[in-house]
Amino acid sequence: MITSLTAEKLTVQRGSRRLVEGLSFTVKAGQALALEGANGAGKTSLLRLIAGFLPAAAGKVTLRDGATDICEPEERGKHIGWLGHHDALKASFTVSEQLAFFGKLYGRPLRPEERLALLDEVGLTRQAELPCRYLSAGQRRRLALARLLLTARPLWLLDEPFAALDIAGKALVGRLIARHCGQGGIVLAATHEPLGLGNESLRL
Amino acid sequence: MTPFFALLGRDLRLSVREGGGAALALGFFALVATLVPLGVGPDLVLLSKVGGGILWVGAVLAALLSLDRLFQADYEDGSLDLIAVSPLSLEAAAAAKIAAHWLSTGLPLTLLSPLLALMFGLPLAASLMLFLSLLVGTPVVSAVGAIGASLILGLRRGGLLLPLIMLPLLTPAVIFGAGTVSAALNGMPNGAFEILAAFSFAGTLLSPFVAAAGVRLNLAG
Repeated sequence: MITSLTAEKLTVQRGSRRLVEGLSFTVKAGQALALEGANGAGKTSLLRLIAGFLPAAAGKVTLRDGATDICEPEERGKHIGWLGHHDALKASFTVSEQLAFFGKLYGRPLRPEERLALLDEVGLTRQAELPCRYLSAGQRRRLALARLLLTARPLWLLDEPFAALDIAGKALVGRLIARHCGQGGIVLAATHEPLGLGNESLRL
Repeated sequence: MTPFFALLGRDLRLSVREGGGAALALGFFALVATLVPLGVGPDLVLLSKVGGGILWVGAVLAALLSLDRLFQADYEDGSLDLIAVSPLSLEAAAAAKIAAHWLSTGLPLTLLSPLLALMFGLPLAASLMLFLSLLVGTPVVSAVGAIGASLILGLRRGGLLLPLIMLPLLTPAVIFGAGTVSAALNGMPNGAFEILAAFSFAGTLLSPFVAAAGVRLNLAG
């Protein structure tokens, strides 16, 4: 059980440009933190750093798992639910195939009824057998959300989770975040829109 | 093992559905093998002498056609990020992708080679050795190619750079692959097959680690 995510004096650097310097914060289980900031402020880079893709120029990120600290980036990655800027969908795969693949990749093979429940949750039931090339940007985002639920990871890193979604879709993201926090998960989201009532935010 | 085979299966399916897989490589290989005898002329003695080398070069180039997208497609659409945080290590992911690439190009090329060997008038024994040398040697083409593919991930026209990076690394495969065929032609064993097998074994075993390092480098970029 992940209890907290801590960043200490973190410096995020892309090439020779320092985007964020000396950033410290802690997010405890059950909390959501919104990362705000102008375009190019380093929100995505910070998320990529926490996911372990980008090395920290200085400082460290610690994931606390009960009594043990996870500092090693690749180890940390195994606890992360990633919703990136790109939707990571293959045009020729149907919605169902897409979920079936990621289920197996994450070691959580889906039964047909579980898949239907997931699709129902994000409102894609009717598109289940449609190849992803026919999905709209918002529907692709919804499928990416279903995949995020499927991976069942405690630490969610969301890059612009509201992008391309309609009003109902935005409400869905809000509900999913609230539920995830309610179940003891942690959410870190780079966003220009409020995540919901009672969530803290951090300005980069 | 499920995540490994999930990725392997997905890449195989993608190669069939989105093109760039077996059909393309086979078509290219068959065209090269048809054009060379047309250009050289109907001198069967000459053709059978150069046949092994030309078919090997043709097979390597054909396998190369789809290699540049090995990681790039997943990098561009964000899938690589999701693979990186999945239970599968990047090394295992690279191995799965190499295996899928070999199954969708190297293996079909190998199966087609005895037919193309006919155009070069290769005797049955030489044709059989060509088949065996490709069967043993093509995995290293996919594996070493994966190293090149991992390095050109973020480059727009990286596909053009790929042959320059990997062809020099693959010269041993071509030399000893063609050497295997000429050994069968002359009836004089020269040890080329054994060296090819050793090169392929070591290269295929080590490449996933190097390719994973290349992918890591580019994810951080």
